[in-house]
Amino acid sequence: MSPSLSAQNLTTLGGLLLVLAILVPFAGMLIGFVFGGGNAQRVALATLAAGLAIAIAIANALAQSGKAVVYILGGWMPPLGVALRADGLSVVMLLTVAVVICGIGVYARADFGTPSGVKEARAPLIFWLLLLAVWGSLNLVFVSGDLFTLYVALELLTFAAVPLVSLDGRTETVRSALRYLLYALLGSVLYLLGAVLLYGAYGTLDIPLLAARVRPEPAAWAALALMIAGLLAKTALFPLHLWLPPAHAGAPAAASAVLSGLVIKGSWFLAMRLWFDVFADVVTLPAAQTLAALGAAAILVGNVVALRQTRLKLLIAYSTVAQIGYLFLMFPLATGLATAGLDSAMAVNGGMLQAISHATAKAAMFMAAGLVYTTLGHDRVADLRGVASALPMTVLAFALAGASLIGLPPSGGFLAKWLLISVAITTAQWWWALVMLVGGLLTSVYVFIVVVRTLAPAHVGWNPKTTVPRYQQAAVLALALCSFLLGAAVLCPVDVTQIGRTVSRNTVLP
Amino acid sequence: MNGPTLFGLCAAALVGFGLYGLIVNPQPLRKIIGFNIIGSGVFLLFGAIARRGAAVGMGGDPVPQALLITGIVVAFSATALAVALLLRLFDEGGLVTLASEAPPTKTTADPPDA
Repeated sequence: MSPSLSAQNLTTLGGLLLVLAILVPFAGMLIGFVFGGGNAQRVALATLAAGLAIAIAIANALAQSGKAVVYILGGWMPPLGVALRADGLSVVMLLTVAVVICGIGVYARADFGTPSGVKEARAPLIFWLLLLAVWGSLNLVFVSGDLFTLYVALELLTFAAVPLVSLDGRTETVRSALRYLLYALLGSVLYLLGAVLLYGAYGTLDIPLLAARVRPEPAAWAALALMIAGLLAKTALFPLHLWLPPAHAGAPAAASAVLSGLVIKGSWFLAMRLWFDVFADVVTLPAAQTLAALGAAAILVGNVVALRQTRLKLLIAYSTVAQIGYLFLMFPLATGLATAGLDSAMAVNGGMLQAISHATAKAAMFMAAGLVYTTLGHDRVADLRGVASALPMTVLAFALAGASLIGLPPSGGFLAKWLLISVAITTAQWWWALVMLVGGLLTSVYVFIVVVRTLAPAHVGWNPKTTVPRYQQAAVLALALCSFLLGAAVLCPVDVTQIGRTVSRNTVLP
Repeated sequence: MNGPTLFGLCAAALVGFGLYGLIVNPQPLRKIIGFNIIGSGVFLLFGAIARRGAAVGMGGDPVPQALLITGIVVAFSATALAVALLLRLFDEGGLVTLASEAPPTKTTADPPDA
């Protein structure tokens, strides 16, 4: 074993934090389950605060050491044991998820709160438990260093996300949940088949060991194709997106925000991890172009169908279909840079920024749509008059989140598209730049339609059905601002996402 | 043809049958069964790999066997969740189908306040 490989197999300072990041949400879930009722909400909110602190502590440990944070479970070295690793990419995603989940938690206090004296209901209890379960599973996806642990993490994520779809128990939502589950099961079984083939060919599932052993040959190609196809079904990339709009639009607003903002990023992150960290020597430019072609189709189809929607939540759900497309445009760009012998960090950073700005913006948009629904009693796009006077902060949040999706400066979406478009020009793949520009134009049309309609004055004598608590509006605005101001990441002195990643590059055996 | 190769081919056939059934059958219960058939194929393949990778004097490589058990547990829970959703769907509407009244791409049939 080369010295750099064995250095990755030592528990680093702060390694225990990775265990806590997974353990704390699941422990919170079990405690909430035992105490039940209104206590579940209190336990969940306390866990959210603790989890955010843990995510910040992990980021601090990474920044201090400048190396990936590693924890070896039980002291057993890979390939026999299992390692948890958090490099720059993982830590950035851990932080994003912590921030978004906390925003959603604050928002959901109004919808799923159980005030003392009120009889406990099932939906709030399940919501809080599943919110923590989704968080724990996502953290496990981000820090697992082993492809089989990642399979288990993906399955946990699915099992936590599917019931969120059918939280209100209507027939239509149960059907969407079942459809989602079937797509997800197909995806995970294909992923598992790929992992099994890799074990059969190379005798390990540990990511750095595998990256060092994998060679461009039929077994690796088959495994890569199966795993990526499975993950695409879970991420809902066109043409496997059919389950997403009904599932995301039918769920309660807070649950939609979790599903659309965060859950799909889990499988996308894993696809990226496989592509860049495991199969870096196997992937080819044509394969990456195929992925991006699907992404481009998703951008065009998703945006055009979103324009034709009459209900706000479905419009936002189709916008998610389109935004997922952007996440896959980075693959040929990064591979193109690598083939040209350049550092692919710029394209990877563009993709990461797109994921983060979409997570925050889409969570804010779904929650804003939830507030609009509470105020009007419906969410027909054609009839949004008076919303701006009743919910000024929410409309501002929707507009800011929309600006980030379109890619207006100084939003995170702008910086992401800027990076991706510059790489597209550098690597002479101008067609992807064109797709991004057209996509931004289409996005701007539906964002402007919604915002302009909310600005119309209300009918005389119209009153909001319910008054929305101020803190709910503030939570939505805070997440939208996170997305809008993410462009400030350009001022960050260190390339955070690349910390701890170069190590795996240098370990490729001759 | 030696044992592991035979089992590997059987596994490939199972995965193929299951995938075909999962995609072609419109009924959700058959899709769930299709998923289970693919799962059996994957587990059989993993078992064959464990046998092929056996060290001298051992019956099989223990790592795939340990992973295999976990995989079976996960697949079992997935099936249980899917069947529970299916039963709930049957209780609600008396009809078990994945086709909704309004196909996802058209919104004309959507009830306005749903």
